[in-house]
Amino acid sequence: MKKSYIIGIVIIAVAIGVIVSTAGDASAYVSFKEAYEMAAEGDKDMVHVVGKLKKDTTTGKIEGLLYEPVTDPNYFTFLLVDNNKEERPVVYYHPKPQDFEKSEQIVVVGCVKNNEFVADQILMKCPSKYEEKELKATAVNAKQ
Amino acid sequence: MTKFAVGDFGHLFVIISFIASLVATYAFFQSAQSKGLNNSWATFARIAFFVHGASVIGVVASLFIIIYNHHYEYHYAWSHSSNSLPVYYMISCFWEGQEGSFLLWIFWHVVLGTILISVNRTWEAPLMTVFCFVQVFLSSMIIGVVIPYLDIKIGSSPFIVLKDFMGDIPVYKLNPDYVPADGTGLNPLLQNYWMVIHPPTLFLGFATTLVPFSYCIAGLWKKKYTEWIRPALPWALFSAAVLGVGILMGGYWAYETLNFGGYWNWDPVENAVYVPWLVLVAAIHTMIIFRNSGAALKTAMILVITTFLLILYSTFLTRSGILGSSSVHSFTDLGLSGQLLIYLLVFVFLAKILLIVRWKKIPGTEAEASIYSREFWIFIGATVLCLAAFQVIATTSIPVYKAILENLNIESNIAPPVKQEEHYSNWQIWFAILIAALSGIGQYFWWKKMDKQKLWNAIAIPLLASLVVSMVILYFADLNKPSYILLVTASVFTIIANGAIFWEVVKSNYRLSGGAVAHIGIGLMLIGILFSSGYSRIISLNTSGLLYSKEFPTEMNRDNILLWRNDVEKMNDFELTYKGSRVEAKGFPGYVPKEKLLVLETDYKAIAKDDISYKDNIYFKKGDTITIYPENTFYEVLFKKGNEQFTLYPRAQVNPQMGLIASPDIKRFFDRDLYSHVSSIPSPDGERKWSKAEEYTIKIGDTLFLNDYIAVLQDVKKVSFIPGVKLTPEDAAVTANFRLLGKQEYYARPAYLILVKDKMIGQVPEIVEDLGLKITFLHIDPVEGKFTFAVNTTQKDYIILKAIEKPMINVLWLGTLLVVVGLILAITRRYSEFIKMRDKGIE
Repeated sequence: MKKSYIIGIVIIAVAIGVIVSTAGDASAYVSFKEAYEMAAEGDKDMVHVVGKLKKDTTTGKIEGLLYEPVTDPNYFTFLLVDNNKEERPVVYYHPKPQDFEKSEQIVVVGCVKNNEFVADQILMKCPSKYEEKELKATAVNAKQ
Repeated sequence: MTKFAVGDFGHLFVIISFIASLVATYAFFQSAQSKGLNNSWATFARIAFFVHGASVIGVVASLFIIIYNHHYEYHYAWSHSSNSLPVYYMISCFWEGQEGSFLLWIFWHVVLGTILISVNRTWEAPLMTVFCFVQVFLSSMIIGVVIPYLDIKIGSSPFIVLKDFMGDIPVYKLNPDYVPADGTGLNPLLQNYWMVIHPPTLFLGFATTLVPFSYCIAGLWKKKYTEWIRPALPWALFSAAVLGVGILMGGYWAYETLNFGGYWNWDPVENAVYVPWLVLVAAIHTMIIFRNSGAALKTAMILVITTFLLILYSTFLTRSGILGSSSVHSFTDLGLSGQLLIYLLVFVFLAKILLIVRWKKIPGTEAEASIYSREFWIFIGATVLCLAAFQVIATTSIPVYKAILENLNIESNIAPPVKQEEHYSNWQIWFAILIAALSGIGQYFWWKKMDKQKLWNAIAIPLLASLVVSMVILYFADLNKPSYILLVTASVFTIIANGAIFWEVVKSNYRLSGGAVAHIGIGLMLIGILFSSGYSRIISLNTSGLLYSKEFPTEMNRDNILLWRNDVEKMNDFELTYKGSRVEAKGFPGYVPKEKLLVLETDYKAIAKDDISYKDNIYFKKGDTITIYPENTFYEVLFKKGNEQFTLYPRAQVNPQMGLIASPDIKRFFDRDLYSHVSSIPSPDGERKWSKAEEYTIKIGDTLFLNDYIAVLQDVKKVSFIPGVKLTPEDAAVTANFRLLGKQEYYARPAYLILVKDKMIGQVPEIVEDLGLKITFLHIDPVEGKFTFAVNTTQKDYIILKAIEKPMINVLWLGTLLVVVGLILAITRRYSEFIKMRDKGIE
């Protein structure tokens, strides 16, 4: 057998390995319902859940957010409403991410443990600073 | 009116540059198809290119004038700059916005194109055709023109007026000529010296990948299948050096400025430039194989083309908004994704078609390389580099697969891997081991013909030496994973092997030592990466009682520790004390404690409440007005370990748009870095909540119990001077002197003022930051000799801190330096080869 064939086979084998591991390690975007179902079935894979912070409908205040660094700097919990409007508590064993309250959309990465969603990472989508209201605010200040 | 003219000129320049690049493409194409070097098309094409270049410089100048003169009626200036921005950061405004970064890229192509026109003869016309064609696409990205009737917008102009951008917002109805007084400012994270030089370097790296690509395409087009390698090689080396340095500068910036805890995070944006760099390095190796043995020509062509296409792909990934929430780098979608996709696909198809048409005519070698030849091992090395690139791009592209599936109406919930670092590292470490081993072995096949015996003779001593050295390292470093052990051994081997080669070569001709130096650098880099990442150790482990999280002992993350102000906290072998918050002041070498300053609302000024000294020199006297830089607050933390002690000042900014932004401070030791940042502060939003005031009426000598401290009112004295208050000779002022006793001793001197002229009384309260106490002098009862005070308490000052030790990180930076030096040596050697051949009239 020629060397180039052997090398070719090795390359193909590695490439297949790469693809398999990518597919295997890839996570999934799911709803809270699916995440809890997975936990019930004993599936411990981490998943992505996309949602928004729970806010009071009239005042717009964020509800259910708790971070008391004096008691425990590595414990942060909040309520997340997923895209199916299902609301669940999320626990994060890290300090509260900077600018958390301002985020428009939140992606939590983790899995359900003891009926709580334990987040390993929190990805936030913050409103872009090109938003109109920013200019309105500056405009009001300018007039005063 | 003149202000608007600047933007109009700018936009005109953009349009001229676009049209000129189109004209230049056509003219260079015609010139390449004509006979003779200096045909009439060539002159015309050069003129068109210079018109293009001049107008690009015009665009840059117009945009700079707008930013420099704070013309906030333009969206670009308003959204990226502000009145207080120093001039050297105004340059950074260019690349904060996408339009500006395209402009930077276009600008580098103009510079490179000018150089190429002046150094090339026969290659000029076909080379510049490709160059100018790329410029057509790039300048279309910033042209900002709407095609009438079709209603398609092409490009996004940096000269858009704020009013047009914002549309119908109320303020323009009230005042159509409204211009904001100040801009929204440059992202504070970008206000860093690395951010002034990192983007231009990276974009120069992007731009230089076009040069070997253009030579390759020109070679295929003009049927000069083998000749293109010689001129392209020094450029490919230059590109690898610049792109590599650009990537590492980005990593270094992230290490210094962001609080991710490292220099590399496998973020899609980082991966998107790492992948083309790997392929470029592989391409260089195949080009060298071809120069030495005439083999691997087709592979070299494919890799050079792929490098450039990967740069386009990475541009598409990072600028189309497709990465969305999977990247921490925020890129706003300017609606250019379609245009970017067309740009990418046009070059993919053109290059592919050209390759297919010419494929059979490209000379190749039938005979297989012997496994005792250098070429064979270099080829294997290039293959490993490509596989490493493939692994990274396969995973980074997950959001693209999702988008494609969704465009085909297939529901997909695929997400990037959760443990990204592990996912990539588990593969990349094995590729790194192979690369390190191969770059050591490869150097021994200096002579084409080798056999088993000769190889063994040459390799035995270095191999033995590296085994001994790595054993010693393993003994001290306590490495436990097989992959780590292999990586250290392979890296040591490549350093020793290439060191020996270097010694041999440098004796005869140092110009040939580039390869050896670069490979020593790679070995050092790998060792530095392994130790600083694989063995980074969190020092700030929290061992205090935990209330909430008893249920999940395994899940616990104890990376962050709470430090009360002036309380000593033990963690690992360190003792930490948070000493208080500090700011920088103009003309002061250190940091000024905030409690010594009375910050004024206007113009970044403050009044000294006390003498402020640095190393026994008094810089400011009590009552002096000082200019401060209030954006950054520095948190002084004293680290103590045995007899050794040092202070770190991690900083944080409270930014109205972005909230709390923390940046680390790094203590650099010879063999390790100590990296530390603030994770949280009591009120990141800047508001402080005080308790309701409690009033106390006491006599001199009486005591109060405040926050576990005993406060003694020692005396009440008349004073003639209170910092921050203008006292006339008729006014009267007294201060009450409290001594607070507890774990430590503190003093508080609240003041009571009678301003005769203004017919007012006033109070200047005193805040004891360490205790979270505010004492206000409310009232004097001269008859009874009694004094009334109000006491408010607040949360005691604290910070949440994370500290990490990163061993051997300096080895990484040293290795980087050597790689660059090696590449520069190789560039000069290969470039002089090209010049020699050109001057002989061959090229």
